[in-house]
Amino acid sequence: MTALRNVAAIVNKEWRHYFGSPIAYITLFVWLALFGLFYTIALQVFVAASANPMGGGRLSLNDWVVGATLQSMAVVTLFVVPLLTMRLFAEEKRQGTIELLATAPLTSLQIILGKFFGALGLYALMLLLGLVNVLPLWFVASSPPEWRPIATSLLALLLLGGTLIAVGGFLSSLTRNQIVAGALTFGVALAFWILSWLDDPTAGTATKVLAYLGLLGHTEDLMKGVIDLKHLVYYLTFTVFGLFLTHQSLEAQRWRA
Amino acid sequence: MIEVENLTKRYGRAVAVDGISFKVQRGEILGFLGPNGAGKTTTMRILTCYLPPTEGKAWVAGYDVFEDPLEVKKRVGYIPETPPLYPDMDVQSFLDFCARIKGLPAAERRARIDESMEKTRIGDVRGKLIGRLSKGYRQRVGLAQAILANPDVLILDEPTAGLDPKQIIETRELIKALGGSHTIILSTHILPEVEMTCGRVVIIAKGRVVAEDTPDNLTHRLKGAATLRLEARGGQPGEMEDAVKLVPGVAAVRAEARDGATALFVDAESGRDLRAELARCVVQKGWDLLALQPVGMSLEEIFLHLTTAEPATSAAAPAPESTEAHA
Repeated sequence: MTALRNVAAIVNKEWRHYFGSPIAYITLFVWLALFGLFYTIALQVFVAASANPMGGGRLSLNDWVVGATLQSMAVVTLFVVPLLTMRLFAEEKRQGTIELLATAPLTSLQIILGKFFGALGLYALMLLLGLVNVLPLWFVASSPPEWRPIATSLLALLLLGGTLIAVGGFLSSLTRNQIVAGALTFGVALAFWILSWLDDPTAGTATKVLAYLGLLGHTEDLMKGVIDLKHLVYYLTFTVFGLFLTHQSLEAQRWRA
Repeated sequence: MIEVENLTKRYGRAVAVDGISFKVQRGEILGFLGPNGAGKTTTMRILTCYLPPTEGKAWVAGYDVFEDPLEVKKRVGYIPETPPLYPDMDVQSFLDFCARIKGLPAAERRARIDESMEKTRIGDVRGKLIGRLSKGYRQRVGLAQAILANPDVLILDEPTAGLDPKQIIETRELIKALGGSHTIILSTHILPEVEMTCGRVVIIAKGRVVAEDTPDNLTHRLKGAATLRLEARGGQPGEMEDAVKLVPGVAAVRAEARDGATALFVDAESGRDLRAELARCVVQKGWDLLALQPVGMSLEEIFLHLTTAEPATSAAAPAPESTEAHA
């Protein structure tokens, strides 16, 4: 109980920081603007394709509109998450408030989880607000989209976001400088994105292993509505590893500091 | 309430705290006095479980800081040298957050926040952003945070640093008022501050405890000359010790024989410089005076590094030049 209350207190504080500074508003704005943009483009492509008499049959709103938009947003996530995570620990270190947290009756794990869920909560809010774009489809489309692939796509984005938040939190714990933390996180996100491009059925084992590590490849099945355990394991392992590294980094700094 | 035993903290090769030991009784205000870089902050950080010690043990409120950090943290209020505050929060929400992480039950939170704001007189800025507060107010918000959970122990690292004289007086009065119901360790490099607030003083320099006493006694000791080391040749050590003891103003003597000569460590009574008398005594006895000098790191030398500029103190006289006479 106490542990949960402590984590909740940190989550609450993180939200105060996000919404007490321009960070939350800027990220929300950028996210929603891009969501709207990709959604509009996908919708136009869909309308044009549907109007084509040679198009052949009924096109799926799920694939053409919602799926396409959420796939773009997976890439946007790589860019936006560093904005949410860069200050998590770097700011506390620079301000000296890490000492306040470290001398309060909290464990490092509670602090780390509080910050993780604080950032993940804001990211989830971004996802939900973005979905508002999609709602009208149920009212205007002759055959409304299925909810199941949308739900699994959201799960994919949430898992991806969680992984990046864990990694970003770790990188933020390494420095007192937010910009450095943000840039490192972005660099790592980019590198793991590029690894997904290596995926190729003809590639050798080494390349396949590297491709398996890629961040976005694992969203594909989920985006189609297929829940495969291996993808969940990939993201959750990655996330737990990031949180573990954060814990080790904070403890190591106590010993050395 | 607080017990520190042989505490040592090393950073690589550098030793920040070198085997210090002391005790603090319940309700006592202990002054932790020493020049900058003496190891005060490191010791306090160990007591608040922020840093693990390299060696040694410490107990706060009956709990080992290394074994039971959570129990210790529940019972300690702490302000680091720069109070850790979130500039983007207002005072009320900051204290609310602190109350939550200190585990105050929701029903008590409001009352405890109001009480600590009242004690530190920050009620008038409760709605203001901390980033917009003056230094004095920030320090007091830090103090309000420290006393929020009504902890048994308060650890205050330089609580008056950077305040103006009026705020300093107010803060000291507040600390005095908190003593009795709280056990307090207060660090400072300002000598008059401990005289005004503390019941007992531990002086540390270069990571070691060099003196521990009441402020009054320390002031007396300070006004006297430090221990003198006298080296002479020609008599038996016991004989020389007895002769030196008879010199008026000598409080204590300890003799050490070393290859042919005798080293005598002479403590003078307060306020006396005995170098001339000691030299005369040795010469009259027909012994050879080899050396006569103040010993190592005297209290005076330490105090030269302390701020003594406040009015009504002239404790730190310049260290006497060392006198060496060769026969």
